[in-house]
Amino acid sequence: MKPFTFERATSPEQAVSAFAAQPHARFLAGGTNLVDLMKLGVETPEHLIDVSRLPLNDIEPTADGGLRVGANVRNSDLAAHTTVCRSYPALAQALLAGASGQLRNLATTGGNLLQRTRCPYFQDLSAPCNKREPGSGCSAREGVNRDMAVLGHSEHCVATHPSDMAVALAAYDAQLELLGPEGSRTVPAAEFHRLPEDTPQRDTVLRPGELISHVTLPPPPAGARAAYRKARDRASYAFALASAAAVLAVDGDGTVRHAALAFGGLAHRPWRARTAEQVLTGSRADAETFARAADAELAAARPLSDNAFKVPLARNLAVHTLTALTGDAPNRPAGT
Amino acid sequence: MAVHDTTDTTDTTGTTRRGDRTAEPVLGSAAPRREGPAKLTGTARYAAEHTPPDCAYGWPVAAAVAHGSVTGIDDSDAMAVPGALAVLTHENAPRLGEPDDPTLLLLQSPRVPHRGWYVALAVGETPEAAREMARALHVSYDEEPHDVLVHPDHPKLYHPEQANGGYPGACERGDFDAEYDAAPHRFDLTYTLGPLHNHPMEPHAATAVWEGGHLIAYDSSQGATVVCQTLATMFGLDPHQVTVVAEHVGGGFGSKGTPRPPVVLAAMGAKHTGRAVKVALPRRELPFVVGHRAPTVQRLRIGARDDGTLAALGHDVTTHTSTVREFVEQAAVPSRVMYGSDGSRTGHGVVALDVPTPSWMRAPGEAPGMYALECAMDEVATALGIDPIELRLRNIPDREPDSGRPFSSHHLADCLREGARRFGWERRDPRPGARRDGDLLLGTGVAASTYPAYVAPSTASVQALGDGSRPAYHVRINATDIGTGARTVLAQVAADELGVPLEAVRIDVGSSDLPAAPLAGGSSGTASWGWAVHKACRELRESDGTLVTVDTTSDVQGQEEYARHAFGAVFAEVSVDTVTGEVRVRRLLGVFAAGRILNARTARSQFIGGMTMGLGMALTEHSSLDTRLGGFVEKDLAGYHVPAHADVPDIDAHWIEEHDPYLNPVGGKGIGEIGIVGTPAAIANAVHHATGRRYRELPLTPDRVGVVA
Repeated sequence: MKPFTFERATSPEQAVSAFAAQPHARFLAGGTNLVDLMKLGVETPEHLIDVSRLPLNDIEPTADGGLRVGANVRNSDLAAHTTVCRSYPALAQALLAGASGQLRNLATTGGNLLQRTRCPYFQDLSAPCNKREPGSGCSAREGVNRDMAVLGHSEHCVATHPSDMAVALAAYDAQLELLGPEGSRTVPAAEFHRLPEDTPQRDTVLRPGELISHVTLPPPPAGARAAYRKARDRASYAFALASAAAVLAVDGDGTVRHAALAFGGLAHRPWRARTAEQVLTGSRADAETFARAADAELAAARPLSDNAFKVPLARNLAVHTLTALTGDAPNRPAGT
Repeated sequence: MAVHDTTDTTDTTGTTRRGDRTAEPVLGSAAPRREGPAKLTGTARYAAEHTPPDCAYGWPVAAAVAHGSVTGIDDSDAMAVPGALAVLTHENAPRLGEPDDPTLLLLQSPRVPHRGWYVALAVGETPEAAREMARALHVSYDEEPHDVLVHPDHPKLYHPEQANGGYPGACERGDFDAEYDAAPHRFDLTYTLGPLHNHPMEPHAATAVWEGGHLIAYDSSQGATVVCQTLATMFGLDPHQVTVVAEHVGGGFGSKGTPRPPVVLAAMGAKHTGRAVKVALPRRELPFVVGHRAPTVQRLRIGARDDGTLAALGHDVTTHTSTVREFVEQAAVPSRVMYGSDGSRTGHGVVALDVPTPSWMRAPGEAPGMYALECAMDEVATALGIDPIELRLRNIPDREPDSGRPFSSHHLADCLREGARRFGWERRDPRPGARRDGDLLLGTGVAASTYPAYVAPSTASVQALGDGSRPAYHVRINATDIGTGARTVLAQVAADELGVPLEAVRIDVGSSDLPAAPLAGGSSGTASWGWAVHKACRELRESDGTLVTVDTTSDVQGQEEYARHAFGAVFAEVSVDTVTGEVRVRRLLGVFAAGRILNARTARSQFIGGMTMGLGMALTEHSSLDTRLGGFVEKDLAGYHVPAHADVPDIDAHWIEEHDPYLNPVGGKGIGEIGIVGTPAAIANAVHHATGRRYRELPLTPDRVGVVA
């Protein structure tokens, strides 16, 4: 492992200024992904700034009826929070569908958003990878790509973002509060992660030295129901082959008043399905509409050699998750 | 026939005395593992936890190309790392004597036979320094074209004389072609399995130190005797100059059955630096250097009569091996054992590719072979409208078909019937695709299991220590307890034969300084070691002395000619989610006939552990060979999916009480692998019953199963 120096941040502002002084620094929170990548030599920071003890552990109601979550709140604690369970069930389900109990106890809200892809070529120093080493090529595109992206990929990168939590946050229109050398700013969760384009080494719009301090959830739309559903190779501790988070509010006459749909496991970022949402909003909340909406979104899919199965899988996840929210089918509990 | 219900097994302290008619006999009781408290409290030391004074750390460097040779190694950056001690390469490493297994000839030539082959060893003062040295080492290669893809039409396919286990590569009985052509119902089915990896909980590791001319190695191994002999050969020593300790081992599943690179590299590093050296492999490198289950393409041709009896059985296996060493997965062998037919042809074809060398993994031969055979039998049953259990009952042979030998005991029929009773098979609607629970399709399936009852010669000693009032005995044998409970069971064997309480027996295992014994593999350990322990205790009991050492070579070689196999039946209930294509097991039941069961607790662990491995093979474990890069892709336990607890909701194992006088004095057939064997086919057959579709490829992950749109 490459030698590095270490400091423990005393405040969010001090963490940001410490980063500015060290061009090859990384923030360390739960460490469940960063430390693994350092052992592999994929991440080679020269300086670690431990932000895990910063006072960003609170989950507080906001004035407008939403919820503000500190970046250091552990995944387990967020999933078990009463308000999250009651008002943001898709978030609780997504959190519990991710990783393992041990990892969730350690992983933080901010760190979950910043975890890197689990593309096996990204983790293998002997394989070309544009995300790890820009310009070296993409091994996955013509290689073993069953788990890779079907939406929004580029010739440079076909990796997916692995987070379950981020998919639910995108569907809930969460906002991320970022603290940087030039002050703080807010970015929608759905726009925080990037598509790879020709710079796949950049996962997010985070600027150098910026720290995620909070995630704010707006109040859930009135009368909305929500769910997260994930398909995976084993019943626990596996990344999504595909997943869907849906937030749906239906008027008394059966018309969709609010629809938010996001896919996981399909793209370099949580895939907010805006095209599907346009089809859904104002339409009748039935299986035919849901299928039409999913098909409209997935028309843009460009499967690779081994992952065409993801398209009908994602379509089914969307249709069945939305259908379950209308009460026409039993809602299914999230697995762990 | 009696059946033990292991779920109701009561705890015993193992203090039962012989002759106490009211208490349970010590042999067969659920005695707890002797090393349990040490493992629970962390005081049991594994190979990497032995740290001699002044210990240094080695980190191997894996080849980054799939085929070629090393043209240069620049260690200037590596040696500049603080704490750097040495970089060993083919240019400066100690020269080694030729071992039986050429995968151990490390750092002896610049040749790179496959990606991941070790080309250097970095040795530093700390593990971190050694790892950073390995990263900073610059290795240049002359790359050559590589080929890692096996298929039945490969131009380099050849038919080996022998397959693993010493079995003939090909066997023919009767006239297969004529019988097959004349059969009223013909089935020609191909089943495909990818490579699989052992991945024991404890990755391979070794610590080596030279004390004068004596080499001491702490190794994570299934058999320290073979490691000792191999190190002696390779380092030009007498075996008495080598001590190999494998006191506690965190699983092996075959991958530690032969010596592996860590112990050779540690001994080389220690010789080169004059320090103790520890080498612990990162899990990501295991797929490349400790063996794997080779992929197989299996063609089953079955000619059946109207009543379901087999006229012809053909089983052709295509598999791969490496260019370093021939290893042929003997997947066609179970078809020589299981069912009678008038004409049979079984054979193996293999291609030597630029891949890591395959080896033993979790019931080699039987696990993949019985997956194909038992799925094919299910297809026959379905096509002929015969219940799959009835079909098997009609085809159980009187003698082992290919050898013509009588079976020492054969209770497959009892396992099938008892399993059917416990599982509720008679309520099963045979129609496929007929049961739903919401979005879930439900199905049940059955498959038979078989595994040979191997036994090997062993030595052992026993010494009487106590006085007349407090008997005490010391058993010494280089058995290995890889987590199975071997030391506990062998102590039970001794206590039973000596007629003393279990705690009167002290036992030492896991060192080559103890009487030599075969490895823990092929489900043969307890039979082989137990025979020697039993013999030593009997001779001590019948002698006037206080110390007896025995060797069972002549006993084992003098066995009568019987076909000795354990049998079993596995039943599975699955759900298949039409929305996602996810297959999950709801119930898994195994009933086994494996001779005398010596410890109810550890036996149950082995049975359900084996069944869980079979579940992994059926549903979750998948490995890919990247044809362009020439290596395995899934390298860690996040990518190579062994079953998680949530995948194993309801699992149970039972056994038939089987008395087989032709085995060994202890009466056990071996139970380590039989649980694995029938499980993949039982689950695959249940998936067919649920969906009406045959997939003929594992694992049954959502990409294969697909969704119902």
